[in-house]
Amino acid sequence: MEDDAPVIYGLEFQARALTAQTAETDAIRFLVGTQSLKFENQIHVIEFDDENNIINKNVLLHQAGEIWHIGASPADKAVLTTCYNKTSDSRVVSCAAVWRMPCDLETESHESPDDSAHNPQALELLCHLDDSTYGNAACVLWEPMGDGKRVISLADNHALLWDLQESFTQAKVSSTATLEGKGQLKFTSGKWSPHHNSSQFATANETAIRAWDLRTMSQIYCIENAHGQLVRDLDFNPNRQYYLASCGDDCKVKFWDVRNVQEPVKTLEDHSHCLRTSFWEPRI
Amino acid sequence: MDVEGDDSALPEDSGRRRKVHGMLKLYYGLNEEGKSNEQPQALDPCDINGPHFDPEIYMNKLRRECTLAELMDQETCMVKQIRSLDSDMQTLVYENYNKFISATDTIRKMKNDFKKMEDEMDCLSANMEAITDFSARISGTLQDQHTQITKLSGVHTLLRKLQFLFELPARLNKCLELQAYSQAVSSHRRARCVLQQYSHLPSFRGIQDDCHAIMDKLAQELRQKFRDGGTSAKDLSECVELLLQLDEPAEELCDKFLSHARSRLESDLQAASPNENISNLTSLPSPTSNADILEFIDRGCNEFVSSLCLVITSYQELFIVHAQSDELLHAFVDDLAACYFSLVERRIQEEKSVGDNSLLVRALDRFHRRLQAVAKLLPGSSVPHHGTEIVIRAATERVKQYLSALQSFYMDSLTDVRQALATPRLSVAGGASHLGGAELLSSLSASILNQIKSVLASVHLFTAKDITFSNKPYFKGEFCSQGVRESLVVSFIKFICQSSRQFCESAGDKGGSTPPILLLLLSRLCLDYETSTISYILTLTDEQFLVQHHTPVTPVTALCAEAREAAQKLLNHYVKVQGLIISQMLRKSVETRDWVNTIEPRNVRAVMKRVVEDATSIDVQVGLLYEEGVRKAHSSDSSKRTFSVYSSSRQQAARYAASYTPSAPLDTNLLSNIHKLFSERIDIFSSVEFNKVSVMTGIIKISLKTFLECVRLRTFGRYGLQQIQVDCHYLQMYLWRFVSDENLVHFLLDEIVGSSAHRCLDPAPMEQSVIEVICERG
Repeated sequence: MEDDAPVIYGLEFQARALTAQTAETDAIRFLVGTQSLKFENQIHVIEFDDENNIINKNVLLHQAGEIWHIGASPADKAVLTTCYNKTSDSRVVSCAAVWRMPCDLETESHESPDDSAHNPQALELLCHLDDSTYGNAACVLWEPMGDGKRVISLADNHALLWDLQESFTQAKVSSTATLEGKGQLKFTSGKWSPHHNSSQFATANETAIRAWDLRTMSQIYCIENAHGQLVRDLDFNPNRQYYLASCGDDCKVKFWDVRNVQEPVKTLEDHSHCLRTSFWEPRI
Repeated sequence: MDVEGDDSALPEDSGRRRKVHGMLKLYYGLNEEGKSNEQPQALDPCDINGPHFDPEIYMNKLRRECTLAELMDQETCMVKQIRSLDSDMQTLVYENYNKFISATDTIRKMKNDFKKMEDEMDCLSANMEAITDFSARISGTLQDQHTQITKLSGVHTLLRKLQFLFELPARLNKCLELQAYSQAVSSHRRARCVLQQYSHLPSFRGIQDDCHAIMDKLAQELRQKFRDGGTSAKDLSECVELLLQLDEPAEELCDKFLSHARSRLESDLQAASPNENISNLTSLPSPTSNADILEFIDRGCNEFVSSLCLVITSYQELFIVHAQSDELLHAFVDDLAACYFSLVERRIQEEKSVGDNSLLVRALDRFHRRLQAVAKLLPGSSVPHHGTEIVIRAATERVKQYLSALQSFYMDSLTDVRQALATPRLSVAGGASHLGGAELLSSLSASILNQIKSVLASVHLFTAKDITFSNKPYFKGEFCSQGVRESLVVSFIKFICQSSRQFCESAGDKGGSTPPILLLLLSRLCLDYETSTISYILTLTDEQFLVQHHTPVTPVTALCAEAREAAQKLLNHYVKVQGLIISQMLRKSVETRDWVNTIEPRNVRAVMKRVVEDATSIDVQVGLLYEEGVRKAHSSDSSKRTFSVYSSSRQQAARYAASYTPSAPLDTNLLSNIHKLFSERIDIFSSVEFNKVSVMTGIIKISLKTFLECVRLRTFGRYGLQQIQVDCHYLQMYLWRFVSDENLVHFLLDEIVGSSAHRCLDPAPMEQSVIEVICERG
């Protein structure tokens, strides 16, 4: 790999949402959601062929709006969730929905003439995670280990646990947790922990990181002032159940041992710009 | 009889006399060299004064050489000289004649006197003979009586002795009754040999037995007394001495003596121990811990050390003949001294107040001095060595205490500074509190420096010349370099740096309780330390303590580097904190507003005014402590500057407006991306320099960057975009003056406007002239 030239893939719109297709075990495949206020937004399915060091792509239309967050089902590789902004009546509303990709995706080489853009296929809407009563959706988390029937959506200061029924066509809120406090509290991001039997998830709001227990929907621990400025993203170490990484506007990446949240285990200050996301490399 | 002048009338006589005179001179070795010089002259027969003068030759010579007139003159001259010489001679002869007459008279008188004396001497010798005769006769008669008297006096002495012997038992008994043991023992000792010698005689034997019985009793009593032990050290040693004279076994006595001494000294110690109040054992009033250390050491020395010395001396006097005694004594002294030392050490440890060091130093000095006495008495002893170790430990402990005192003083002054910073802010809003910044800094650094100086002065007492232990090698070398310099001064400076760093680490993420101005102040303090104070303090220390660096010490440069690092870190942190405060405001203002449905902008939003106000007050704050710094050259005319900004921002807005025609979306994105590639990369949280402009630039960079990031996450309506335009123009008008490179502000603000245009549903930018009107009105 090191000998090969880097592979670059360009999108025509700005994009903020990216996820790996977790259920796909054979190929290295990513999903990217674009952000455009004017045009039809797209989801790019990018497959990286590491033997030939080339990229294959597929473009799917996402007509509902610009995509702010994207999540792939860990059980069914054709199923994904998006959080998107919908502009209607000069109002911007954030929604979340479950989608199915068309199953007959012809993979085409990135290098080939871009003729798929002429008739891109559209996503099939499975159901809305209708959380408008709770607020604007920030992100949707899939249950990491399960059968892909449960998701959590974060909307403003609520965390909603959904049960997806009837092969994803119906979604029902099974329980909710609400972050109480003064001011307008808003979750910025979250992650569902793959440990502890998938019974915990963590959220970030302002400079604090909180962890929640799904069974009681109550807070387990809270890292106040985890970062000097806004916490942008966090992730669990997939192999070590107590380790958590976070990043924020203060240009720092911090690693936490959740058994002792007073001090970070390690702090990286090598970045010179605000950090948006952080991922653990799965092998660590 | 020295004749001067020419002597032609008596040339013979004068010549002979001269000859005699010359021969005498020759004999005594006088004028030897002078003579040899004059030899040719003296041999000259024509020299009238010379010894070899020959009148015939002289006359012939005169006659041959001189004219008649000259001869006549010569003749008259010579006659004149002869006449005067004659008269001189006459006077001399007359004087000497008188003397000769008186000498003759004296000799005649002496002759008469001697004759009389001879007669008297004869008479004397006759008398002496008579006396000798009488004396011989008297001694002859007294011979017999003399021998008799001698015999009688011999008998008398013998009888006296016998009487003493016979009276001995009674005398001893009486002594026993009166407890005059020493008298008894000395009496018995005198009689013992005689009694031993004549023990075959029954009467003497009886006396001897009696004496033995009495002496046994006495010994018994002495032993009893010795065993009781309650007597004073002096009594005890006396007791031992007597028992020794009574031929008691020395080893046993030795052991007993030591054990008694030990128990007594231990009771001394117990009484001296601060924790136990045992007053009945000695007169020593037990010092409680509130009695000061000098008093304590004084008592300890007076009681314990002096009795220890007493024991040592008496022991050496009593038992010095025994071979093993020395080791016993050493063990004994070491053992007790160890107890005492542990006591002293405990007391010293209690000495925690760092107010007056001189008391402790004096106490230690006295302690050390008294132990020297032990050293003199017992040369091989390890006691003084241990004593010195205690002193050293106490000194190091003291240094540690001073360090912690300095540290707490530093923290206290920081608290004071915090309070001083907090109070005026409550009463007078704005400027008044900021004016105090520089004064607070100077008073803080002055008070710290004073404190360091006073501590140094206190510690300096340890090395004062009149203190006995100050000439120990430890106090000359290691104490100065390792103790004072390293573990006091250097550690304190390191502590300042470290605590400053802690302000950055803890306060930043957790609550941010440190007021930003304190960070700024500390940063300046550290910087001052780096530039001058550290080297000043270290030079002061080195001078005061004459530090000779045998061991490697922390170099000034390392400390300076550390201080500089701390200053940098503090300043960076200050920038971050202030930047965070402003960004927080900006972020809240962006996030909480519905930008799609906002009304047409009429005013600059209050938040922007607040941002400018805050930036101004920060500028004032920083300006009091840091220099202005260097700006990149910018155009001198501010209005022109505004115009250039206006045009560039308009261009950009226009470009974005154009880009959002559906025909060519890719081109504009590409264009803006290429534009970004070529514009300078901005490090948002980069290190700042130690000047006002750099600090302000850092803060503004952070704030605007956050503003930009927040804008990118929102969706704007037409008026939303216009409001952002107005706000950015307002910021443009006021922020340029704070930063080193105004292009930076331009770039970031353009980026903000560009991003909001990008995120706008209906990007219709506002006319620049309208923006300006609104901004100027605001």
